[in-house]
Amino acid sequence: MANQKIGAVLVIGGGVAGIQASLDLADSGFKVYLADQAPSIGGVMAQLDKTFPTNDCSMCILSPKLVAAGRHPNITVLTNVEVAGLNGEAGSFEVKLRKLSRYIIEEKCNGCGICAQKCPIEAIDTFNEGLSNRSAIYVEYPQAVPLKYKIDREKCIGCGTCYEVCKAKAITYDQKDSEATLKVGSIILAPGFEVFDAKLKSEYGYGRYPNVVTSIEFERILSASGPYGGLVLRPSDGEIPKKIAFIQCVGSRDYQLGNNYCSAACCMYGMKEAVIAKEHTPPPLNAKIFFMDMRSYGKEFDAYYKRAQGEWGIQFVRSRVAGITEDPKTQNLFVHYVENETPKTEEFEMVVLSVGMQPPKNAEKLAESLGIKLNAYKFCETQAFSPTETSKPGVFVCGAFSGPKDIPESVAQASAAAAKAMEVIASERGTEVAVKEYPPERDVSLEEPRIGVFVCHCGINIGGVVNVPEVVEYARKLPNVVFAEANVYTCSEDTQKLIKEKIMENKLNRVIVASCTPRTHEPLFKETVQEAGLNPYLFEMTNIRDQCSWVHMHDAKEATEKAKDLVRSIVAKAKLLAPLKKPLINVTPVALVIGGGVSGITASLSLADQGFEVHLVEKEPELGGQLRNINYLLEKDSDPKEKLSSLVEAVTKNDKIRVYKNAEVVDVYGFVGNFKSKIKQKNGEEKEVEHGVVIVATGASEYKPSEYLYGKDPRVVTQHELEEKLASGTFEAKTVVMIQCVGARNDERPNCARICCGQAIKNALKIKETRSETEIYVLYKDMRAYGFKEDYYREAAIKGVIFVNYDDERKPQVKAENGKLLASFWEPVLNEQVEIEPDLVVLSAATVPNPDNKKLADMLKVPLTKDGFFLEAHMKLRPVDFATEGVFLCGMAHSPKYIDESIAQACATAARATTILSKKTLEMEGIVANVSEDLCSGCRICEYLCPYGAVEMKDKEGKTVAHVLEALCKGCGACGTACPTKAIIMGHFTTEEILAQVKAALVEVKI
Amino acid sequence: MSEKNGFEPKIIGFLCNWCSYAGADLAGVSRIQYPPNIRIIRVMCSGRIDPAFVLEAFKDGADGVLVAGCHLPSDCHYISGNFKALRRITLLKKALAEFGIEPERLRLEWISASEGDKFATVVRDMTEQIKKLGPNPFKEMEVKSQ
Repeated sequence: MANQKIGAVLVIGGGVAGIQASLDLADSGFKVYLADQAPSIGGVMAQLDKTFPTNDCSMCILSPKLVAAGRHPNITVLTNVEVAGLNGEAGSFEVKLRKLSRYIIEEKCNGCGICAQKCPIEAIDTFNEGLSNRSAIYVEYPQAVPLKYKIDREKCIGCGTCYEVCKAKAITYDQKDSEATLKVGSIILAPGFEVFDAKLKSEYGYGRYPNVVTSIEFERILSASGPYGGLVLRPSDGEIPKKIAFIQCVGSRDYQLGNNYCSAACCMYGMKEAVIAKEHTPPPLNAKIFFMDMRSYGKEFDAYYKRAQGEWGIQFVRSRVAGITEDPKTQNLFVHYVENETPKTEEFEMVVLSVGMQPPKNAEKLAESLGIKLNAYKFCETQAFSPTETSKPGVFVCGAFSGPKDIPESVAQASAAAAKAMEVIASERGTEVAVKEYPPERDVSLEEPRIGVFVCHCGINIGGVVNVPEVVEYARKLPNVVFAEANVYTCSEDTQKLIKEKIMENKLNRVIVASCTPRTHEPLFKETVQEAGLNPYLFEMTNIRDQCSWVHMHDAKEATEKAKDLVRSIVAKAKLLAPLKKPLINVTPVALVIGGGVSGITASLSLADQGFEVHLVEKEPELGGQLRNINYLLEKDSDPKEKLSSLVEAVTKNDKIRVYKNAEVVDVYGFVGNFKSKIKQKNGEEKEVEHGVVIVATGASEYKPSEYLYGKDPRVVTQHELEEKLASGTFEAKTVVMIQCVGARNDERPNCARICCGQAIKNALKIKETRSETEIYVLYKDMRAYGFKEDYYREAAIKGVIFVNYDDERKPQVKAENGKLLASFWEPVLNEQVEIEPDLVVLSAATVPNPDNKKLADMLKVPLTKDGFFLEAHMKLRPVDFATEGVFLCGMAHSPKYIDESIAQACATAARATTILSKKTLEMEGIVANVSEDLCSGCRICEYLCPYGAVEMKDKEGKTVAHVLEALCKGCGACGTACPTKAIIMGHFTTEEILAQVKAALVEVKI
Repeated sequence: MSEKNGFEPKIIGFLCNWCSYAGADLAGVSRIQYPPNIRIIRVMCSGRIDPAFVLEAFKDGADGVLVAGCHLPSDCHYISGNFKALRRITLLKKALAEFGIEPERLRLEWISASEGDKFATVVRDMTEQIKKLGPNPFKEMEVKSQ
């Protein structure tokens, strides 16, 4: 008999991927142990300054997740922990962990930091990449979760100072490493990556020339909390550089080193660092990027590349830099490179090496102790159709450990791995978890308003422009404000603790945070005040960053005045705030999946395997979507035809999944947990289904070109058509010309279509496999063979496929003359125009969004990008969520992507959906309309106006009055505005509150 | 407000939470600079904006009022709140003239979450336009009556 399954999961690695996986699992009824080797969670993302392509502040968007993981009742964070061994099988593992000593009793340490202030010993600050020092007793960074100190025993001299000053008695020099055993049902690996050691590229002088820094060091230099406070300074002399070179592919695409693969994220982060450097440096800063191929292949990435070139004035040079030398007097650097076949040398004041990603140092040890396979580069081995599965059942992987990738892909994979981990132990959901309980709510109805104001410096994001102390001083004098103070980061875990203490100490009954946008941070602060016994609606926020310091960067005085006005205005509102109750609603544990391609099928199967019912709607007569056009894979690890038929069979046989073919969703109404939709079937019959979530997986399709004689000459085909010819054995050609970026990266569709480079390489290799004598020319702008696809790019080049670069000024031309097909293009190495006579011209056509997207977007009330793909809630950290609760997105409906990426996103939507479907009831937003029955005249205007049917009329002592159905009310307030007798009170946005806010914004208070 | 004696208008911006407030956030994230004359009031939907809020703002001394919501026809998070705003603000503009306030002081704009640049442009334009119009005549009337 198999062992009893266990409803707990071990997540190894506490970077953004590990955190996301943990949150999804914990919110779906599973106990999570989140283990990291480091003394705190956060990983590399915590070290980054900004993130591409939105230039969002990395810490600002990560911090709420760090805090959420740190305070989640179902997540136990284990730090300084290594995996020592594994026993058991999927569903019931026993993991042996070794806990390395901190020399601190974690339960006692409150993170006050006095020990670090008094510690006489300086050590290298590894979080700042060695660019500054810290004490021997330390936390990695100020927002660290958990905020527990650690002693660096290699540096510690044992003087006993910290022991003396620690009031909590948390210091213990003789703490020993300990071992522990955990019982879990599944395991997720998210140990991340190491950055490449740039010293190994000795020709670039890293380690010898102080002004050559790595990109991760440069992130710290750019960071407000970094070694130079966010100023870009040269390490050699502290001068502000006026000319910086960025060198791409350092430790990537490097055959001499054996790091053949592409590190996938460096092109974008290199560009971002150049852009942010310009922002942090007095103009003019000259920033030049040396690159081989600009691989900005992600969603909206090419738009960023364009802005970098145009608006931000970054220069780009297509060249592999040969070497760097230093002028010993000035410590300036000479970059030696070849451009247009001519050797050149250019002087810079600073050089940034865009270092690649490597597997974590302990990858082999980890693989051995867990019994999983690694690939040739020592990353975790996965397959195209199972991107989050390791070779050992029950052990899953996400993030950069399975191959270099950026943050949104790591996050999507993390949710995907969570879904796979849940599938194993779905039967044990809810068996190991605790329910979060808040202290009883304090009744503040008889108290005078006592307002507390917390003003955030946000590093230097706010404090660098707005005079924060002055705003705090001002706030203190405002009516009803009894407490005000400044915080470096109001969102950090220690500040949450502080806010709670201040609420208690000062008997605060209204709390205001003046910082960033409530759109991202309000939930965190609401929870904090709730933990201090206040109703969460007694909290308000005002935005002095996104809407003040960041948009008035050159006018500190006015920005400060504006910040004061905003604080005064929100204080006036806060005075009137009233507590609200959150209604509870039931959840229909059923999913509606729109689109029956590989994404829709995968999402449906994952949900059905967890016991949820699914309605899967496909417009076409057959399931499979674009996968039906795929005959073989670049990776060759599986047969897509076989996979397709097994997926379709699994869906068809699964009694939890109801498949509707030739069908369309024609109406969706309701809200999270309680949707009702109409599915129109082939026979015209409409069926109404009830469901709790919606997953959009409507896919995309190959662009039908109007360029290069396509449709006019049968010898011009698309990559899909070529693949069909190759698969059916009808391919005939001695010379083939492939043209990349057809219908993409142009004015109409400015973004990259991502998959066409891989398609071209795949088909070129397939041709070479059977007809090695065929001449193949691939005309490209940038070969975007990112990640391990670089191996196949190289293989194609070795097998004689000729790759020729072109740019927009000199596009290839195709014409038909006297029955001959002619292709001409500029050959940059020969430096001349070449004309050849191919038998076949293959267009790598863009992937275009599904034309039905607009209709569906309107129905679901979700946005589209300018290109017509669906737009997720947040490009970095919410890649498969919509802003509308209960609606999710995956696959090519999101943007063009490869099969493994679509599958990862599809599983991710399943995990995200499970956080809703696994709950019997959901707690709803408390901002709803309320009717004052005495004032209501029963005119029915509100009933007519409400788009959700949330108002019904009822009889009250012989009088007809309006009544609001709280679960249906979305809190828009339209009824309150229209009510002629002002009988409708809009919670949290009452007329009195808004008018007070307006008045205070305009009129100075006498203080 | 660089000019010492120059008139710097005060503008109240009523922004819906889902599109326009997010658009204003994006202007910040993209570091698009605009004049510091606007004070933003967040509401859940442009359909929540009562004409009385606008009139009160003018009464309290606002030189301009911006009402911004999700694009027509179908961006509104609450299905049709933007249409409600359209009707109310259009009528209100007509009524403003009756009160002796130039209708140009009140602007209704559709700004999406991806239009940070549009938000900044609207604020720039509006600030310029109201500078030309001069201070809110209500304020002068009040001064005279005192």
